[in-house]
Parts: sequence; structure tokens; C-alpha cells
Amino acid sequence: MSILINKDTKVVTQGITGKTGQFHTKMGIEYANGKNCYVAGVNPKKPGEKFEGVPIFATVKEAKAETGANVSVIYVPPPFAAAAIDEAVDADLDLVICITEGIPVRDMIRTKAKMKGRRTILLGPNCPGTITPDELKIGIMPGHIHRKGRIGIVSRSGTLTYEAVGQVTALGLGQSSAVGIGGDPVNGLKHIDVLKMFNDDPETEAVIMIGEIGGGDEENAARWVKDHMKKPVVGFIAGLTAPPGKRMGHAGAIISGGKGTAQEKLAVMEACGIKVTRNPAEMGKLLKSVL
Amino acid sequence: MNIHEYQGKEVFRKFGVATPRGIPAFSVDEAVKAAQSLGGSVWVVKAQIHAGGRGKGGGVKVAKSIDEVRTLAQKMLGMTLVTHQTGPEGRVVRRLLVEEGANIAKEYYLAVVVDRGLQRAVMMASSEGGVNIEEVADKTPEKIHKVAIDPFTGLKDAEAELLAHKIGIPSELVPQARDLFKGIYKVFDECDCSLTEVNPLITTGDGRVVALDAKLNFDSNALFRHPEIVEMRDFEEEDPAEVEASKFDLNYIQLDGDIGCLVNGAGLAMATMDTIKLYGGSPANFLDVGGGATADKVTEAFKIMLKNPKLKAILVNIFGGIMKCDVIATGVVQAARQVSLKVPLVVRLEGTNVDLGKKILAESGLPIISANNMGDAAEKVVAAAKGK
Repeated sequence: MSILINKDTKVVTQGITGKTGQFHTKMGIEYANGKNCYVAGVNPKKPGEKFEGVPIFATVKEAKAETGANVSVIYVPPPFAAAAIDEAVDADLDLVICITEGIPVRDMIRTKAKMKGRRTILLGPNCPGTITPDELKIGIMPGHIHRKGRIGIVSRSGTLTYEAVGQVTALGLGQSSAVGIGGDPVNGLKHIDVLKMFNDDPETEAVIMIGEIGGGDEENAARWVKDHMKKPVVGFIAGLTAPPGKRMGHAGAIISGGKGTAQEKLAVMEACGIKVTRNPAEMGKLLKSVL
Repeated sequence: MNIHEYQGKEVFRKFGVATPRGIPAFSVDEAVKAAQSLGGSVWVVKAQIHAGGRGKGGGVKVAKSIDEVRTLAQKMLGMTLVTHQTGPEGRVVRRLLVEEGANIAKEYYLAVVVDRGLQRAVMMASSEGGVNIEEVADKTPEKIHKVAIDPFTGLKDAEAELLAHKIGIPSELVPQARDLFKGIYKVFDECDCSLTEVNPLITTGDGRVVALDAKLNFDSNALFRHPEIVEMRDFEEEDPAEVEASKFDLNYIQLDGDIGCLVNGAGLAMATMDTIKLYGGSPANFLDVGGGATADKVTEAFKIMLKNPKLKAILVNIFGGIMKCDVIATGVVQAARQVSLKVPLVVRLEGTNVDLGKKILAESGLPIISANNMGDAAEKVVAAAKGK
């Protein structure tokens, strides 16, 4: 098993005809079972056409009806990306993975409000996506650094996810699934949601949780871990040296009013039984020490 | 993006939010003329910089005659204003706002922000206005009242009225406060703000509810649909290196250390800074070159870092996903040649096409110190910066 996606997932790419959508759909098809998993693309202006053998439909609903797609990945440009999420939610997909970076917060607030009571899960936006090694890769992560294994990885940052994956692989271990939840303040799955999934996944033995400054999501996740998690969790928080009031790249990565500091997050995580390191070069080593 | 108080108040007025009458002034003469055309006998001269705490720093003064307006304007224009938000170097005052004096009965606090926990906009109000709200939140959190706003209905009349009652607005003024609260939420929502703050909001002796200050921050991801807001940007209030970087779509923040960092990805960039600190060094900047960097973009990034006179060494830390290591390596070599690099350069490459990237660096003949992982890279760059 794994979480969120596996070799039986059927993927529809929204924005399949754009440069980014084309590139990453192709990479996804070439990775492991991707050829069988990428079943559809969407572009309202190009129904009936094909990309790399993948049929293009006008709407997500049609793509689902024709191909049985249950997960969508979005590479639509930021001004239209929230509407693309809405469309996937309206089509009752299981999961929407939004890679697009730079969606206005106002749009995401509306999209999240519309999602209330719907069954669709959202991952992202502004995230690298998720991968279940040797099965399926949906997103922009480099496939070749991954290795099938029993470590779950969840992170707000893309390249820092790769860093953790690389360290785990270098130690001869592997990943059950690696999930990038993204750096936006209004988004879908949070650390706590992904930790719950790893907790229930029999193939995940331990988890690396990577956070960054801003907000209180890591603290919420840590408190849940303390009471419910049956597997060891190790953690790192980026931004110990970040100055207050400055937005460090991600829209959500900002220390404001003395809240959301790395120190505060690390302290809560430690108090909740999560082993933490202040050295991101040692996330893998720390994980190995708790196995 | 931030704007000045006088610009924020212009936005407020467009949305029907009551503010004192005021006129911006860029010179002493303009300040005097502004006071004369406003009329009355009391004026407030306010320094316009993108930072709070101006009053305590001497940037907000009351004048009781036109001569006093002139004297204050002379003093303020060109002065370096230091507040708790400017840092010790302060900000030079280049613009003033001259306003009619306000007859303050009581001060309150009002703001709209995005609440990450609720995933909605939240209006916050307090009876404690005109003071540092962070202190109020810390010491007396019960004095801050909040309403989470439904994005499809906006702030409702009943919600606004209840909030006004809770912070102690006198009953006869609640209808005015309600309309002002609704206006402030409209400003936040329709202008794509990340913060709309009124501190203080006041009730006046003659029974009005007025926004005495205006602080607006905008969601930079939404500026594409607000050309009228982009026009208000004041580049003199921003760090020149950060402005330069933004032209090349680089995410750069100047810090006070001496080790330059060039990294792909915001999280990895922060983690790289943290690692440098952990090994006893101090980062000179945050720099995320993003996922789609080209050789030219890397060259520009080097030029921007090298403008910092404190710089003693550079660390390039790349985990290539979409970004291929050979592209980065080509950029690094091109940059080092173009700028005739004088400081030590440590490079750590990992990910897509890593072997090709390492080969390009090795064959360049440049004195590049290569590192195997993040820890190794940080250790080497800290040693290099210390001249070891």
C-alpha cells in the first residue's frame, strides 16, 4: 500500500497542453506505471486531440466519464487555477493535486469554502505533488532520487522534500510515499492530514515531517502525533535564521507578530515526542536512529 | 506590496470609509499650501514611510499654526525616522501627509487578515486602539474580538454590529461603525489585500466614526489584476537589491551576514541559511532562483549578491528537480567569468544531471570548492569566509 496514489490511480492532467503540463505529464508517463495511469488531459479548446497518446477532453467531467480518471493534477496558470480546482471538485474526483504557484489567496479562500461538504481532497497549491516510488509520480519531483521503501515524507517545501528523499535513499532506505503539501497559507491537506494517512498505512514504518516558519500547522500536527501516532516521527523546521516580517519566498512563510517562529515550532514538536534536528543535512540520519 | 498611509486613505475614501481630510506633500511649500487649503486651526503633519510606530519616532506632530506646519515639514522632510519596524538604520522621510486635526473621543483597533487556521478572512477589532496590537494580543487576548467572514456573503450587518458592540462603540454610533467595518472588509476583499489595518479607528467628539490611519498590504500574487495599485508602489521604500532581483523574477532578501547563498526553492534556501548559521557563519541573503532558472538568471543573481560590500564567500546549493544541474553549472561558470569573481565559491549540486554539472564545474578551471552534501557545503563556505 501507500497513501493518496498508487499504480491503479487514473490521472487527468488539467492544463496538459501548456509547456509545464506537457513536460511533467511526459515525465509522469515515463515513470514506473505512469503509462497506464495517465489516462486523460483537459483543454476546453482542444477536445479530441491527443498528447503523447493521452486523449484530451473539454471538461474534467467528460474525462472522468470516458476514462475513469479519479485524480487530477493542475498545471493551469495562476489566474485560472482556482477555477480548475473548482471544476475537479464539481466532477467529484477523489483527489486534486494543484502544482500551480502564485494563486491569489482571495481565489483560494473561495475555492476552499466551495469544497465544504464535498468528497474531493485537495493537495497544494504551490506544491511539488506526490509520488509513490516504483508505482506513480504525479508532480514535478525528480523521479530517479526515489526508492521504494517504508519511510513517509511530508513537507511544505518542494526542494527540501527532495533533500529528505535523497538522504533517505542514500542511507539505503526508501519511501512509501513522499508528499509536498505546498507553501501557501490557504491550501488543502495539512501536515496533520498526511500524518493520519501515514499512520493508517501498513507499509509506512516512520515519517519525516518538514515544516517552515509561519502559521501553526506544524504545532497542530505535533499535538495530534502526541496522542495518536503509532509510528516514530522526526522533524525539521526551515527558517531558524529568518528575520521577522519578511516573506521568505512562500506566501505562507512569514513570521508576524512574533508567531510562527521555527524555535516555537521545534519546541512544541519536541514536547510532543517528535525528535527534531536543527541541521537539515541530518534529517536522514536522525530518522535512521529511531528505526 | 505596501503603500503609504495617504494612498491607503485614498483607497478607503473610494470605498466610502470615513477618513480625516488630508493632502500629501512632497516639499515644505506643498505642506504649507496643503494646510492652507484644508483650513481650520489645527493640523497633523505625518511622515509617510512604509513602517509603523511613526508617532513614537517623532514622525507624527500636531501644528497649531501655518508657521508651525512649515517648521515641522522642514524638520521631517529628509529626516531619518527610526521606529521599532524600520530597524536601527531607519528610513528617510520623503513624503508627508498634512491632515485636519481630529477631535478624538476614543481610539479603537480594526483589521482584516487571512486566518490560516480557519482558511478565511477574519476581521479583528479591539477597544485598545492606537497602541501596539501585538502587545494587546499577548497580554489581554480577551480584548481582541474576531469574526470569520463568509467569502460569498461578505461581512453581514449583524456581524458588524455585534463586533462594534463588543469593542464598546457607543450605541448611537454603531450604525456608522457597521458601515465602516463593511467598507473595510470590501477594501480587503476587492483590492486583494493581505492586511487592511486601521490603528487607530476613532470616535470623535462630534459623533463620527473615522479611520485615522490606514495600513494596506497587498497579495503580490494578485497584483496582475490591480494595475491601479501597482501604480502606487514606491520603490524608494524598498531595498534596491530586492527591487533589482524582482526584475529578474528572483526572490531575494538582504540580510546582515557575509555569506551569499544561491539556492533553488524557498524551503531549501531557508534551510541553507540555517545550516550556515549552525556551522558558525552568517548568511548575507536569502535567494531563491526558482524552478525555471536559466544561465542568464544565475548570472544576474551573482551580480546582485556581489553588490553587497560585506560579502566574503558564496554558497550555491542546488537540488535539481526541474532545474537541471548542468544548466546551473553553466550559469555559475558564466557568472564567475563575467563578474571576475574575487570571493571563494562553494558549490553543492544534487539531482537531475548532477554528473554533467560537476564535470562542467571541474573543467572550467575556476577555483570552485565543490561539496558533497549540505553539511559539507556549509562547513566549507564558513571556513572560506573566515579566510581558512
